[in-house]
Amino acid sequence: MERDEPTGTARLAEARDEAGAQRPGIRQLGFMARWETALAIALVVVVVLGTQISSQFLSSYNIFTLCTNIGDLAIMALPMTLIIITGEIDLSVASILALSAELLGDLWMHHWPMALIFVVVLAVGALAGAINGLLITRVGLPSLAVTIGTLTLYRGLANVVLGPTSVSNFPTPFSNLGVSGFLGIEWLSWSVVIFAVLAVGFGIALRMTPLGRSLYAIGNNQEAAFHAGIRVKRIKLWLFVLSGFVCAAVGMLYAFELSSASENIGIGFELQVITIVLLGGVSIFGGTGTILGVALAAFVYAGLRSALLLTSSFNENDFQVVSGGLLILSVLIPNIPLFVQRLREMAGRRRLRTQAVDSG
Amino acid sequence: MSATAEPRSTVAPANPRRLVEFVLRARTFGIVGVLALFVLITTAIEPRFLGAGNVRFILSETSLYALVAVGETLVVLTRNVDLSVGSVVGLSAYVSANMFQAHHGIPIPVVFLVGFGIGLACGLVTGVITAIGRVPSLVVTLAMLYIIRGVDTIIVGSGQVVANALPQSFINIFHATILGIPDLAIATAVVVAVAAYYLRSFRSGRDLYAIGSDPAAARLAGIPIAKRVFAAFVLSGAIAGVGGVVWATQYNTIDATAATGLELQVIAAVVVGGVAIFGGSGSVVGAALGALLLQTISSALNVLGVASIWTEAIAGFLLLVAITLDRAIQLRLAAALRKRRVHLGA
Repeated sequence: MERDEPTGTARLAEARDEAGAQRPGIRQLGFMARWETALAIALVVVVVLGTQISSQFLSSYNIFTLCTNIGDLAIMALPMTLIIITGEIDLSVASILALSAELLGDLWMHHWPMALIFVVVLAVGALAGAINGLLITRVGLPSLAVTIGTLTLYRGLANVVLGPTSVSNFPTPFSNLGVSGFLGIEWLSWSVVIFAVLAVGFGIALRMTPLGRSLYAIGNNQEAAFHAGIRVKRIKLWLFVLSGFVCAAVGMLYAFELSSASENIGIGFELQVITIVLLGGVSIFGGTGTILGVALAAFVYAGLRSALLLTSSFNENDFQVVSGGLLILSVLIPNIPLFVQRLREMAGRRRLRTQAVDSG
Repeated sequence: MSATAEPRSTVAPANPRRLVEFVLRARTFGIVGVLALFVLITTAIEPRFLGAGNVRFILSETSLYALVAVGETLVVLTRNVDLSVGSVVGLSAYVSANMFQAHHGIPIPVVFLVGFGIGLACGLVTGVITAIGRVPSLVVTLAMLYIIRGVDTIIVGSGQVVANALPQSFINIFHATILGIPDLAIATAVVVAVAAYYLRSFRSGRDLYAIGSDPAAARLAGIPIAKRVFAAFVLSGAIAGVGGVVWATQYNTIDATAATGLELQVIAAVVVGGVAIFGGSGSVVGAALGALLLQTISSALNVLGVASIWTEAIAGFLLLVAITLDRAIQLRLAAALRKRRVHLGA
């Protein structure tokens, strides 16, 4: 991850040193030089574990279910990655997903043409994101507070839109998205293909464009980035709009996959999305992280979930505990060098003290 | 410590401090004003809103949120956040209420102690990971939200506690009154008063504000940050644990989904009550009033015939309005302070 930084910019390096107390370089972890390497190893371990647990693990049905499940979350994780890299957070993603899914259901119930519904829902999603972004950048409110508010607001509006009714009579080509594979490939779900395409796009944009690099600059030191001529507020605003737009698209995709839009759809998804992003090595303080890491994390997460669920003793609730544990580990592990350093300092201080006592 | 406290009081001239105090008090008055406005309008349309029964009900319902909001305030003041309170309330509600099924005739105070203990244990874990592991509380408590709810679901299994299993004396706690005021509201008021006094007059209480205002400065001032943050999480957990027992008295039927999403309502109450989400300012009285305001509004909408599906959306909207107003006040205040300081300096 260190290598990802533009090496010449002393300002960034300084900002990194300042913040270093909170997020030490994980390169000190030896072979885990890159978080992504560790994730790749973890992925292999998970696959081996999965095949050991059940011969069903690599069956095309299981892979298809796994892909369908993770695809939607992974797509939402992409804009979330960019937002967290700039040091903000968006907790309202699942509520925007619900709002768009239930709006889709409601409009379809009222016999709107599908093309028009797409346009309206995507526009509403972008608007929801824009409200987040405007409150955060133009009013200057913390994104945590704003998106906790809009999490409740959008979820509430979603429930108002559709109420307790459930819509499930989507046309077959759409509801097939959750049943049949991509272009007849049985194990490959549409959502994961869309994710792969988007991930490449996001990855290139983040790694190789000035705009992408500027996100790291913003996350490392917003002030410095601003004085270096980066339009911090405008970029953040558009990131939130993008997030709203993408979540609205995923909301429709998800409703089609379930072939149902109803109350409480996608509840708690924001937690899973954030878990995937942080597990992918993105620092919650901003400034570091890669799309590759997040993509790997998504599959580690999905693979582990699938493998554990295949064991008879594990169910969805048990996995809640595991995924919470994963989330904590993903922030604790990068701190290990810090603990080691502090222990050394403490030991050193004690030695000095005993020496002083001895000589005195 | 005393050496750092002294310059602080001399650096800040009397005037600006009074201004800050005035604005903070005005913030509390603001909530009371909005509250009064809501009550007046609703009563004008539907006089039964101010009936003794309804007021008692609002006060009883507010108690749980106000109580948990006290703990949350302690955490938020230190520039942290505790998203796990909803899960703690849920776990504690089930386990404590299940005590009546498991051990017939168990005394009610013991059940409250069990709830307290569960909350304490959850708070200890969160506190250790956050304060000693030095990882962001947002992430840790998000994970704890998952973990505690998962543990809850595993413990509950397919079972649930139903009202029949609970002794009448336990269910009565929610409805009991002294001089027409619900017992729960009185107990909550006592907790709020104690917490307010602690935050106002104890050094460790003031430390929470210092840590939230400027962690780096607090460290230089010799404030044991890790210890204080740890204590705040433990207290928040313990209070949420007691809140779980209160939840059980209120709803009587408890399954694995008990109190899901409660953390958002609590944080909404805290923020609407004027506690800055980035720490350093606010009061438990404000947080409790915030809880009362949200509960009153929800009840008012109900009385006015607004469908209850609107409640969630309106709560979210109010939270956004509250933080936007706070920001505006804060900017004004900062500008005013700067002007005075320049004036005094010249």
